[in-house]
Amino acid sequence: MRYEDPWYDALASGWGESAIMSTPGPEVPAARRRDTGTPAAAQIYLEVQHSAAFQEVRSRYRRFVVPAAAGFFVWYVAYVVTATTAPGLMARPVAGAVNVALLAGLGQFLSTFLLTWAYARHARLRRDRAALELRWDTQELTRGAKGGAS
Amino acid sequence: MTGNHQALALLLFSAFVAVTLGITTWVSRNRHGSEEEFYVGGRLFSPMENGFAIAGDYMSAASFLGVTGLIALFGYDGLLYVVGFLVAWLVVLFLVAELVRNCGRFTLADVVAARMSERPVRIAAGTSSVTVSVLYLVAQMVGAGSLVALLLGNTGEAARSWAVIGVGALMVIYVSLGGMRATTWIQIVKAVLLLAGTVVLTVLVLVRFHGDFDQLLRTAAARSGHGDAFLAPGLKYGGDWTARFDFMSLGLALVLGTAGLPHILSRFYTVPTAQAARRSVVWAIGLIGGFYLMTIVLGFGAAAIVGPEAVRGSNVAGNTAVPLLALDLGGGADSTGGAVLFAVVGAIAFATILAVVAGITLASSASVAHDLYASLRRRQAKPRSEVAVARVAAVAVGVVAIALGLLARDLNVAFLVGLAFAVAASANLPVLMYSLFWRGFTTRGAVWAVYGGLVPALALVVLSPVVSGSPESLFPTVDFQYFPLQNPGLVSIPLGFLAGWLGTVTSAEVADEAKHAETEVRSLTGAGAA
Repeated sequence: MRYEDPWYDALASGWGESAIMSTPGPEVPAARRRDTGTPAAAQIYLEVQHSAAFQEVRSRYRRFVVPAAAGFFVWYVAYVVTATTAPGLMARPVAGAVNVALLAGLGQFLSTFLLTWAYARHARLRRDRAALELRWDTQELTRGAKGGAS
Repeated sequence: MTGNHQALALLLFSAFVAVTLGITTWVSRNRHGSEEEFYVGGRLFSPMENGFAIAGDYMSAASFLGVTGLIALFGYDGLLYVVGFLVAWLVVLFLVAELVRNCGRFTLADVVAARMSERPVRIAAGTSSVTVSVLYLVAQMVGAGSLVALLLGNTGEAARSWAVIGVGALMVIYVSLGGMRATTWIQIVKAVLLLAGTVVLTVLVLVRFHGDFDQLLRTAAARSGHGDAFLAPGLKYGGDWTARFDFMSLGLALVLGTAGLPHILSRFYTVPTAQAARRSVVWAIGLIGGFYLMTIVLGFGAAAIVGPEAVRGSNVAGNTAVPLLALDLGGGADSTGGAVLFAVVGAIAFATILAVVAGITLASSASVAHDLYASLRRRQAKPRSEVAVARVAAVAVGVVAIALGLLARDLNVAFLVGLAFAVAASANLPVLMYSLFWRGFTTRGAVWAVYGGLVPALALVVLSPVVSGSPESLFPTVDFQYFPLQNPGLVSIPLGFLAGWLGTVTSAEVADEAKHAETEVRSLTGAGAA
């Protein structure tokens, strides 16, 4: 019954982060043995992991999180290192009593708020629905399997 | 500190204790004693409630009193702290909150143990979680002692010791009777009180300067005696390279530590789904960010209105800047307004400590019962007994924290918090990241990652100037100081990641593909989530 699920006809090419989700992968992943009757829960998770729908959710998550995390981390480290090694630069006045250091500090606050908003929006619009469908489908499969984990 | 202040502060604080004890009784009126209920409040909190509770867990006395004091004394260098405290939440939001909610049940060890040989991993992760919690607890206990000494105007040792013991006893009551449900409601009440108090003070400061922030900064800089240098980094962490590296170490620990704090991680289990966990973090970031922006105003306000001399005269570390500011904003030491505002701020700060302490105690008792006891006990014990063990563990953790809090009462609060963050970032974060994102991660790697971060972090602290070798040390008379930095993060966090990698590549065991698939699928979709 699991072969009626839509993602089974389009297996992605495995670990690679292909942006094109419809690329047909190898015919049968190594972990997949359709002749053993009811699959164990472990088998189901492997199959879901290799499915195109899951790979799409995962790559959407990673395509947002990896650059965003790298970005804010570099920006924060740069801020800390500049504050400790180049106080002269940070002390340069900009307007009135406000100097570069204060603007940089407020910039950290601003970038944190913006990234929070962007992440929440991205997750809500681009991931949530697909993840929820996968969740129900996976739970459906594990329920059918003997020794299911859920 | 006249009798008026004290009576009023005590009255307000007693009211808070009465309300929270009432909450504890109310929420535990028909409990079933299940693990689900004790550890995570039945997972039925809404994102907004959980967001407030997270903010309540995170906005500790160290930030309300400590950081504002640092800004009042050292200007911009105090502000560096709040930036680290806030940016850390992006790590939690992006990499931890949803995935941990989906994969685990009650503790950090759940996430790791799902992929690994359970026993050694649980013992390792449980040990490090308890260690981090106890360090963080000691910081809060020390803060409670100093605050009571200030409020009662009695700096005698006896009053401080009784304050520490009293806080310890109260938190044990909250946690062991009320579990997560009571603890969460206490956090929510406290967060609302703390935010309301901060908003009132901030508005009063801005009104004093007619809404002119520039004028506030100029006055603060002029009054500090440092001029424009007060508004630029370098007053505290400038100077020699040891101080600068110390600050970088602290900065790294702050930004990476939050995601490894057990009492923060356990908060994500109190909501029904990963989506709710994400939304509670968004709430928390909004509340915490707003709070820290206001503490900046309060810190510079204290420098401009009270003046660094008066702040330093009251408490060398600056911990009393906000109460003194409240006294002045209310109309001065002899006015009713001043007395009221001072008492309110004191009571809020005390409520803050109490709530944070309850949250950490609960998390560490969960680690003891669910990870350590469950791994070490005999097989046939009934599940019901785990909650009983957690209650006993809460008492034990309370006793240990009281003892250490009495021992360490002369250490700086903000510094102790920085230390807890460093240990959390070194011991908990590497193993969590590897488990969630590295396909080849093995049991040996997990165990090494925990101990490889935990042991160096603690060892470097013991060898640091904090413990020996300088007049401010814990043991000033002896000298076994071999590590120059106060915060070990710069060295121990990379060591934790390195140890995890090394343990994995040297182990004969091949990582279980299916278990990794399960973790990955569950973490991103929520399939089979508890």
